[in-house]
Amino acid sequence: MAESPVVGTQLNLLDHFPEWLKKDERPGFEGYIVPAEHLLEFAHALRDRFGYDLLSSVTGVDYLPEGKMEVVYHALQTTGGPVLNFKVQVDRQNPVVPSVVSIWPGADFQEREAWDLLGIRFEGHPDLRRILMWEGFAGHPLRKDWKEPYFEEEAKPYKSRWPEGHVQRAEDRHPLHDNVDYPAGFDPDSWSPETADDVLYKTYQSIMEGSDSELHTDRMIVNLGPQHPSTHGVFRMVVVLDGETVVDVKPVFGYLHRNHEKIGERCTWLQIMPFTDRLDYISSMSNNFGYALAVERLMGIKPPERAEYIRVMMAELTRIVSHLISIGFLLNDLGAYFTPSLYALEERELILDIFEAVSGSRMMCNYFRFGGVARDLPEGVLDKVKELVFERLPRKIDEFDRYLTRNEIVRVRTEGVGVLTAEQAIALSATGPILRASGVPYDIRRADPYSIYDRFDFDVVVRYHGDVYDRYLVRLEEIRQSIRILQQVVRDIPEGPVQTGKPQWQVRVPAGESYGRVEGPKGELGYYIVSNGKPNPWRYHVRAPSFVNLTSLAQMARGGKVADIVVILGSIDIVLGEVDR
Amino acid sequence: MANEDLQIPGYEIPPEMQGQVAVTTLDRIYNWGRKNSLWPMMFGLACCAIEMIATAASRFDFARFGMEVMRPSPRQADVMIVSGTVTKKMVPQIVRLYNQMPEPKYVVAMGACASGGGPFKEGYNVVSGIDKFIPVDVYIPGCPPTPQALINGLMMLQKKVERESLRTARWYSREPAPAIPVPVLGPDLMDPRRYDEIRAYTLSKRNQQTTEEQTEA
Repeated sequence: MAESPVVGTQLNLLDHFPEWLKKDERPGFEGYIVPAEHLLEFAHALRDRFGYDLLSSVTGVDYLPEGKMEVVYHALQTTGGPVLNFKVQVDRQNPVVPSVVSIWPGADFQEREAWDLLGIRFEGHPDLRRILMWEGFAGHPLRKDWKEPYFEEEAKPYKSRWPEGHVQRAEDRHPLHDNVDYPAGFDPDSWSPETADDVLYKTYQSIMEGSDSELHTDRMIVNLGPQHPSTHGVFRMVVVLDGETVVDVKPVFGYLHRNHEKIGERCTWLQIMPFTDRLDYISSMSNNFGYALAVERLMGIKPPERAEYIRVMMAELTRIVSHLISIGFLLNDLGAYFTPSLYALEERELILDIFEAVSGSRMMCNYFRFGGVARDLPEGVLDKVKELVFERLPRKIDEFDRYLTRNEIVRVRTEGVGVLTAEQAIALSATGPILRASGVPYDIRRADPYSIYDRFDFDVVVRYHGDVYDRYLVRLEEIRQSIRILQQVVRDIPEGPVQTGKPQWQVRVPAGESYGRVEGPKGELGYYIVSNGKPNPWRYHVRAPSFVNLTSLAQMARGGKVADIVVILGSIDIVLGEVDR
Repeated sequence: MANEDLQIPGYEIPPEMQGQVAVTTLDRIYNWGRKNSLWPMMFGLACCAIEMIATAASRFDFARFGMEVMRPSPRQADVMIVSGTVTKKMVPQIVRLYNQMPEPKYVVAMGACASGGGPFKEGYNVVSGIDKFIPVDVYIPGCPPTPQALINGLMMLQKKVERESLRTARWYSREPAPAIPVPVLGPDLMDPRRYDEIRAYTLSKRNQQTTEEQTEA
């Protein structure tokens, strides 16, 4: 740790590494460019000398015209301040970058994702397997010269649909009449590779043999999911058990990989907005928020006052919904089957009514626009919100508190289970309630305020044991803080327009890059976008909190009982739409 | 209400027995019993699963239609509600689950993705509708369908069940329906029923490439 970490904006890293560190001088870009051979040295210095202890995001960009692959890192100081952005550029033909997993273990899954989708090799990564697609899939889909089977054009709107409006089915265009493609000369009968599972089980070889218990029992591999009532969707955990004790666990992703980023690169800027709804489908409003912020930063516009208040109102209502569901379903995982969830869903329905009134849809709101929101609050909505935040919700949250917090079964099953210390949480890039339950008071609304969060009076909730019980307490208390913010919002909300300028369906986004991040209900939700001035993004990446938070699953579960894995997973609070994208 | 459903017209029931006795056919009572106890499989894929949970919760409550018994095991389920985007990586598991369900079994494609790929159709890992692999009984539009729409779809399924007959039901025929071959994950998703087509396609692709190379040379 540095003795006194300096806030990033004042820090000029060029003074410290004058020989090889360069500023990124492309117009609209920021941060530094690090030569690949100095990356580890730079990363060490960032973490230990400059206090950038949490690596938030790792992703790649394919610059096909320049013949380069770029790996983009975003690191932050858990004491607060903006993110630091640095990049490594390598040759596109043979992209090899040293892995930073040894410095920030939280980079693990994200580096695997960059390998899977872009084909960037990370030297020194302990377990570089494909992560979203399966082992054996042909190609790296996010490369710019990789075309999907239903490929029509580089960018939307497709000429076949607009302006002429001829509609043709994608199936009719493809010779196989299906969304599949195979390499030339491929014979399906000859296909007998090692399956993905074999590759995965092989990584367990060393621990399968080394049982050190006195009974010399065999260790065994147990698969939970992808169809399993406790995995909150199509998620799979491969667990190695010694008796009932968990030796190791590896999550398997991709069963809901819907190619969000590839589709995003084809869409126009505004067309992506409805897709963001479907990331974390329980909290669509805060997904909209992060994406709108990222694009607005690049466009250099700000929404009017009333729109800012409406945005905060919707984001905080979303947080309440998400935390309620999380608590309700955590109890499901503990065996209190469905009754607590019914209590949670009852309140959720009331909030969904508000979403439906403002946006027209219960779940997929698509409500935010660049420079505002889609439309003003309809009549009567504000009164409904007032009734909720002043009367009903505080009462209901107290009810939850009364039923659950001191319940003996809840405490026995959750206290001391799935412990994650503060150092581990930071190293594994955990954010959101997971990080705060481990004793790190990091909340982007305070640490790097966006929108108008600097005006509201609220506490950053923090607990110190880092177990499942504390994560539950953090969520419960955060609902109370959200209600506090909402009470201030409905008190202060001004009249006025809700959109800067004229509403446009085709916005002009200047060339450059932008990383917009919000404190979503699950953690840091970041959008990394690269524009080249065209109507479509060149690169669109989502730093999904559920996905990155899962890095700490193994750390929490090791040494515990198999029954606790389900509870630990429930306490991480994942949504598969966001994990797999 | 139940008696009116069951009673076939043309038989006079004495007034004192009405509401207690009904004259009916075997088909009708069999279907009446089945349609009011359709057990869905507890099987959520994506966003639509959240609306399915909302439908099961207190506000909409599909227990009113005899459907509250969600079974996590396919062996005990009657209806598979395919609630969400079907990806190539997931489709082998879905087909396997379908094969494991005992007859009579029904499939409801909930939402745009399960019906035809939905907003993600163009994606490289997305299957354009579950009906490419397993037979679907009811399609429910929407993204996601509201709970009302889901209940409407399930009532459609009940009506379909009502019209079935013991004589023609496939699960009482001599030849049981064969299991659906489970797709394989190769360089892309491979349906074993279509290997010939795939071979013809890849062959023509190679021939095309070689002619292109020759013309270039």
